Amino acid sequence: MVTILYFAWVRDAVGVAEEQIALPDGVATVAGLADWLALLHPVFADRARLRVAVDQVMARFETDISGATEIAFFPPVTGG
Amino acid sequence: MIDVRVVVEPFDAGAEIDRLARAGVGGIASFIGIVRGDGGLTSLTLDHYPAMTQKALQVLAETAVARWELSAITLIHRVGMMVPGDRIVFVATASAHRAAALESCAFLIDRLKTEAPFWKRETFADGRAAWVEAREADEAAATRWT
Repeated sequence: MVTILYFAWVRDAVGVAEEQIALPDGVATVAGLADWLALLHPVFADRARLRVAVDQVMARFETDISGATEIAFFPPVTGG
Repeated sequence: MIDVRVVVEPFDAGAEIDRLARAGVGGIASFIGIVRGDGGLTSLTLDHYPAMTQKALQVLAETAVARWELSAITLIHRVGMMVPGDRIVFVATASAHRAAALESCAFLIDRLKTEAPFWKRETFADGRAAWVEAREADEAAATRWT
């Protein structure tokens, strides 16, 4: 199982802060996961607005997620 | 020498600078971010990714230490609700030389704004609330250090 986390307006759009999922067969990258999540959550349709971290490190949509335990989706950061 | 903190409570910038000065350095550069009250803003809430935030800031500080000759870095970022005038972020770098202190301080705040997992939500006097959108100018400022 993989923990999926959502932050800021991505969390608002999805409706939950966290969910546990079993990665579907054939999903090997963040992009593949985002395509699959788009079936559940419309916010994933506009991927250009999303950023991602894999196991708490900033990642990209082509990043491999095999073996990952925590994947977070969020908007571009606005701290400081 | 690297002191990174993510905190709810306010920080004392003077005390932080005193602490760095006691290390016996040539100079200290600092940056303090303060909540602006533009457009009737009444409060600002800082959300973050708790499991990742501290690590991301630590990596930034280590990158600065590898690039400049620094004797110490203090990096403090507040989370939770703040009001106009409150201090959100504190960056201070200590070095034997001013260029290293000034440049690394600018590097840290520029990169923090595009790489550390914080998100601001603004609430206004008329009851509106909205997540702050990332600014392209911040992205440009961060890329000048690559």
